[in-house]
Amino acid sequence: MSEKIKQLVSLGRRDPLSLCLRAAVWLAAAVTALSLLSVIVYISVKGAPYLKPELFSPHYTTENVSMLPSLINTVFITLLSLLCALPVGIGAAVYLTEYAGRGNRLVAVTAMTAETLSGIPSIVYGLFGSLFFVKFLGLGLSLLSGTLTLSIMILPLIMRSTEEALKSVPDSYREGSFGLGAGKLRTVFRIVLPSAAPGILSGVILGIGRIVGESAALIFTAGTVAERATSLFSSARTLSVHMYAISSNGMYIEQTYATAVVLLLLVMAINALSEAAAKKLGGEKNDG
Amino acid sequence: MKHFKEALMRGVFLAAACISIAAVVLICVFLFAGGLPAIRKIGLSDFLFGMKWKPANGLFGILPMIVGSIYVTSGALVIGVPTGILTAAFMASFCPKKLYRPARAAVNLMAGIPSVVYGFFGLVVLVPLVREVFGGRGQSLLAASVLLGLMVLPTIISISEAAIRAVPKSYYEGALALGASHERSVFRAVLPAARSGIFTSVVLGIGRAVGETMAVKMVAGNQPVIPSGLTDGVRTLTTNIVLEMGYAADLHREALIGTAVVLFALILVINISLSLFKRRAE
Repeated sequence: MSEKIKQLVSLGRRDPLSLCLRAAVWLAAAVTALSLLSVIVYISVKGAPYLKPELFSPHYTTENVSMLPSLINTVFITLLSLLCALPVGIGAAVYLTEYAGRGNRLVAVTAMTAETLSGIPSIVYGLFGSLFFVKFLGLGLSLLSGTLTLSIMILPLIMRSTEEALKSVPDSYREGSFGLGAGKLRTVFRIVLPSAAPGILSGVILGIGRIVGESAALIFTAGTVAERATSLFSSARTLSVHMYAISSNGMYIEQTYATAVVLLLLVMAINALSEAAAKKLGGEKNDG
Repeated sequence: MKHFKEALMRGVFLAAACISIAAVVLICVFLFAGGLPAIRKIGLSDFLFGMKWKPANGLFGILPMIVGSIYVTSGALVIGVPTGILTAAFMASFCPKKLYRPARAAVNLMAGIPSVVYGFFGLVVLVPLVREVFGGRGQSLLAASVLLGLMVLPTIISISEAAIRAVPKSYYEGALALGASHERSVFRAVLPAARSGIFTSVVLGIGRAVGETMAVKMVAGNQPVIPSGLTDGVRTLTTNIVLEMGYAADLHREALIGTAVVLFALILVINISLSLFKRRAE
């Protein structure tokens, strides 16, 4: 340790600017780390004691402020949105990488629209959802409207990650498959997509993270009813919306802390999953 | 038969590829159709440059919100850009090997934390802090800027780090060979070479800050007046929509959609200038 300090002192004598730069870099990293830590530690310490069993009762009442119905709604909205966005996103990526020729105009246009879609703020998605799905198509404030809005939101994520994954599949795989007499379609489904699976998975996990954290796009599409959705057409709130709703009420500060802890845990779990997927992806690359 | 199936699936894939285009078109059509009539009724200059937002009196000027968005975003950049770029330099060139994996995971976690959680943290920690240290009500431009500065960090760090790592090693080695220290080589040779990627990260950070809604709403105070100081409350374009959309009707509702049109146009301008910049850089 003292060896290191000596080194730093001698660096400071020789070249004060270098020492300052090094200090600035470490300081910035420390500030970043500390701010993340303070969010996590503060919320966990304040919230963990309030994680009581009644917060997970099967039905929401104004007394128990149960988050279980919202949690279940979150799972449903996530699954349904993936169900909508995955086939479309993967299909689009397959067309763009496997079918469209080099220099195809459509490739450039979809790349631009995907970029535009990923830059649109979630409140604008929410407003669009309420104008189009809720009012114009008459779906009302419902699980379905929320799902469709979120599907458009995560579509660029799925498209991009699938495209990247498909591009990294070596051409020799395709040539081998064609050489054995397989058609284009068979090659895509049996050879190319399976080898791209880990990359697609990482896009899916990113999408899940985005859905779980979303609130602004859902308030005006899926609504804020705190009960479990009984059908696609009933209004229902996800856990993030639930947390927003009880935090703006002001009476449920303890429950808000507890809900924040659960959300943090969820996000951590999703991130751990994504890391595991990335590891697998990296590992396979090294093997090849 | 086989031929038919191949052609059919090709069509299906093509249709899927067109859905993202259709989505952008639909979003444009519905936003503009919903918002433009109000802008025409109010008058473009009264709408964009009107200082008063009083829906009950028929006054729909969104200048305070436009200025609010600009202030809040600038505040976020003042905090987020230096911290983010320096942290990216740390991750790419200064981080001890053992620390790298946890640091990477921490940045990913920062990106994943829902904005309501950030907003709530801001409400229970930053707002009282601002109130005690600087006075005022606490829900302020300052609180919103600090919180957004924190929220844009992961965007800036990840993209800048990738840009710094993409600089050929020879730049760094060349600087070292000329006798520069590690720090000078990184800051004088590598970072300038990565500037286009770093710039991209800042622009995407701006997009994130301009578009953030819930977290800002919880800490900004939301008065539709141009703030005269850091401790004054502020309302942004995004929060204007989410605050009043729940109960607005008629012209008021259309004016809110008009707010979204302005927001959408702002984001489009940012994105298009970024892609123009990228094309020129290439």
